[in-house]
Amino acid sequence: MKLISAIVKPFKLEEVREALSQIGVMGVTVTEVKGFGRQKGHTELYRGAEYVVDFLPKTKIEVAVDDAIVESVIDTILATARTGKIGDGKIFVYDLQQVVRIRTGETGNDAF
Amino acid sequence: MKKHLAYLLTAGALLFGLGLSASCMADDASAKASTTASAPAASAPVAAPVAATPAAVVAVAPAAAPAAPAAAAPAVPVPNKGDTAWMLIATALVILMTIPGLALFYGGLVRSKNMLSILMQVFMIFALIIVLWCIYGYSFAFTEGNRFFGGTDRLFLNGIWDPVKATFATASTFSRGVVIPEFVYVVFQATFAAITCGLIVGSFAERAKFSAVMAFIVLWFTFSYLPVAHMVWFWTGADGIKDAASGAVEAAKGGWLAQMGALDFAGGTVVHINAAVAGILGAFVVGKRVGYGKESMAPHSLTMTMIGASLLWVGWFGFNAGSALEAADTAALAFVNTLLATAAATLSWVAGEWLIKGKPSMLGGASGAVAGLVAITPACGFVGPMGALVIGLLAGVVCLWGVNGLKRLLGADDSLDVFGVHGVGGVLGALLTGVFASPSLGGQGVYDYVKNQIDPDYKIIDHLIIQASAVGITILWSGVVAFVAYKLVDLVIGMRVAEDSEREGLDISSHGESAYHA
Repeated sequence: MKLISAIVKPFKLEEVREALSQIGVMGVTVTEVKGFGRQKGHTELYRGAEYVVDFLPKTKIEVAVDDAIVESVIDTILATARTGKIGDGKIFVYDLQQVVRIRTGETGNDAF
Repeated sequence: MKKHLAYLLTAGALLFGLGLSASCMADDASAKASTTASAPAASAPVAAPVAATPAAVVAVAPAAAPAAPAAAAPAVPVPNKGDTAWMLIATALVILMTIPGLALFYGGLVRSKNMLSILMQVFMIFALIIVLWCIYGYSFAFTEGNRFFGGTDRLFLNGIWDPVKATFATASTFSRGVVIPEFVYVVFQATFAAITCGLIVGSFAERAKFSAVMAFIVLWFTFSYLPVAHMVWFWTGADGIKDAASGAVEAAKGGWLAQMGALDFAGGTVVHINAAVAGILGAFVVGKRVGYGKESMAPHSLTMTMIGASLLWVGWFGFNAGSALEAADTAALAFVNTLLATAAATLSWVAGEWLIKGKPSMLGGASGAVAGLVAITPACGFVGPMGALVIGLLAGVVCLWGVNGLKRLLGADDSLDVFGVHGVGGVLGALLTGVFASPSLGGQGVYDYVKNQIDPDYKIIDHLIIQASAVGITILWSGVVAFVAYKLVDLVIGMRVAEDSEREGLDISSHGESAYHA
């Protein structure tokens, strides 16, 4: 089992969610996050005051999946979240030790 | 050493203040003695000598019989219902400017953790000043006293309404024989005092102690707003002026700057320069915000700021056109000038910003509008529309410099640019009033109440000098009073909150509530 964590541009969230549903992903967790990478920030100007905004808003999508579909999930996110411009985000993949569905107590693949 | 100096200064100012009020009371007492024979309204400066409805008076109040023949002799001006209605609406418009207009304009510019502190300061100052105005403010500003302070005739609004005779006193306007109920004048001017005091808090926003702000405002209102309003705006009205001799007598009863011939239609000196000087000194005395120049202090809601600026723009028609005191030609002139100058300043600020900084911003638009409103305020009833256009265009770019170049030059953390907009715009407007009031530049000139015509001999340079003197005197007066008042309050209460309270935000630390809940 793997936990896939993708940082994407906020406006790409809907597209990614739809595409993941189509390949059989049953659920995702979404968080609004801020960060910086190669895209860097921007400057904002308020009358005489200039502020550099270092952290840009991004959306983090977390998906727990069976090893069998890890590659297709990654490909789907790549295909849908990509704009080709700097700041498209990253995908991190972690090993997942256990999954438990709270309602039934089911574990492992049954819990997805 | 510094502390001792502050003690000396405050003591000096107090003595000065006491001396002035004592002398004005003495003057007032003698004036009162000479006029008590007539009706209660008679000693009020802006009030017409007799009651508005003489017929009713005689019927209900036989006790007043001895005074009645004197009252019945000349034709008594009666308020026109249209004028009264317009002035009541204008007054409500100025309230709209202050709460919510100014409060939202300022509130949007601070960080979200200080939103309520700004709303509270403006809201509470408004309430406080209205109360003080009715207790003593109106009397000290708008009754006959000496050249600096009014008298005590109208303390507690005494003498405006006579319950026994069921009569209301009237206040004169700028037109001969046209009056409005004096209560209307009282409330109209009350709102001016309230918004002026509210303007100041923008300079030390996000770090001042609430109790200290309120204490400072009481002192500054009493020793700077009231005397400056009296000096600039107090005169005994047109109806007493019948010939050159009576004209000279009446003129000598007016405020100091009014006697000099300073032109301030709706409050360039009294409102904007007065408040802006108090503001910038506050920024110096209170000190910079924690993290100023290092941390982001970006406005938390320019949406609120835009709403506030728009409410200011709408309400300002009450402020400027209302300052004509009647619903007539001058009010219409002030209205079109206010509209045009503000639109021009909005365009020129945004254009300047676009050229210099690369992007046209909403904050620039809102700031440009306020700069135009400020600059046209002293001029709106004196200049022609094309004069207003020039004043507006200049105000936009000059105030843009006020919040950039000048701000860096001064080095104070004037949080919401009270000086850059109201100070710079106020000075520019006051000076240009002297220029564009000239009939040769399309202005109205100055009305000569002795000859009953517009003075044909308008010299721009003379008026510019008078305007510059009025500006200088206002800056000095407000500066000295504000500095002493800040030092005094700082010693007794402390102007500033503790550093951890400032970091936490004044909403929680001073008021125990949050503006927004996640």
